[in-house]
Amino acid sequence: MAADALTTDAGAYSGAGLPGAAADLAADKQAFPVPWGKLMMWIFLLSDTFIFSCFLTSYMNVRISTTAKWPNPSEVFALNVGSTPVPLLLIAIMTMVLITSSGTMAMAVNYGYRRNRAVTTSLMLITAGFGATFVGMQAFEWSKLILQEGVRPWGSPLGAPQFGASFFMITGFHGLHVSAGVIYLTVVAMRVWNGFYDRKGTYETVEIAGLYWHFVDLVWVFIFALFYLW
Amino acid sequence: MDHAATATAGHAEGQQHPVAIYMYIWALLFVVSTFSYLVDYFHLHGALRWTLILLFMVVKAGFIVAIFMHMRWERLALKLAILLPPLCLLILIGLMAIEGNYTFATRLASFVH
Repeated sequence: MAADALTTDAGAYSGAGLPGAAADLAADKQAFPVPWGKLMMWIFLLSDTFIFSCFLTSYMNVRISTTAKWPNPSEVFALNVGSTPVPLLLIAIMTMVLITSSGTMAMAVNYGYRRNRAVTTSLMLITAGFGATFVGMQAFEWSKLILQEGVRPWGSPLGAPQFGASFFMITGFHGLHVSAGVIYLTVVAMRVWNGFYDRKGTYETVEIAGLYWHFVDLVWVFIFALFYLW
Repeated sequence: MDHAATATAGHAEGQQHPVAIYMYIWALLFVVSTFSYLVDYFHLHGALRWTLILLFMVVKAGFIVAIFMHMRWERLALKLAILLPPLCLLILIGLMAIEGNYTFATRLASFVH
């Protein structure tokens, strides 16, 4: 097919820098020499970037405009070790868990392209396991906040009512992405294991799933900095 | 395993890079995350706190996109198509910051006694 001829024609994409980019976009050929699924995942992640940015921007807006005291996240999310409260301990652990899962996912993509089914499958399942751990810790954090502190989306005994609204909206939407990612990774891992991508002839789906998973980690970097540390 | 064969055939089939670079970036993300946690742990505040938080955030985000998501090995046309549009968000953020400050001032003037 024509598409194959285009993607395998390395010479058509040899230009570097701005002239190369201009040629890619302007010439009579496929603009982006990547698998269509990967490009579409990037476009989806771009739209997701806008969604999360809207949430974080509205959080900034309500935090600036409220006249009530904003609860100190450092204290709200502290955990007691023995009897001393350690600030943000749970959040720090969740951050490390997500970064670790990003590392195992990057390795999974690498081993996928080496056609190592066993290692790719196990690395993806480990990644999904870390994701599930993250969601579990988030469930613990939510129940602590709802049941013990009495925080609600419409109010909070800790201070500004906007705190609850922003918190549940932002971390809830992120947690939903992690949960969807765990399912997504598990499905792709099963297909790696049963040889689906060997029959298909390409492991690009593993890289595409990896893009989604790294994005989930990326969003957490922003939530961690702007909501928990600010 | 035929490493040599996959290494040469690698670029024809998607993104294939040495494992070492992932390990290096992985370790780096741990270190930078620890730094941003320490910002809170040592109760830094004011401009220093916000600068460090944003700095560590951008560094981590940059490495995740560039290395883990392979963006630095993509062609410029794709980089531009994906990385330029989010810059419009700076306008939204700027406008909402102005709006938030205005709402705050209005609330102080009219509702807080």
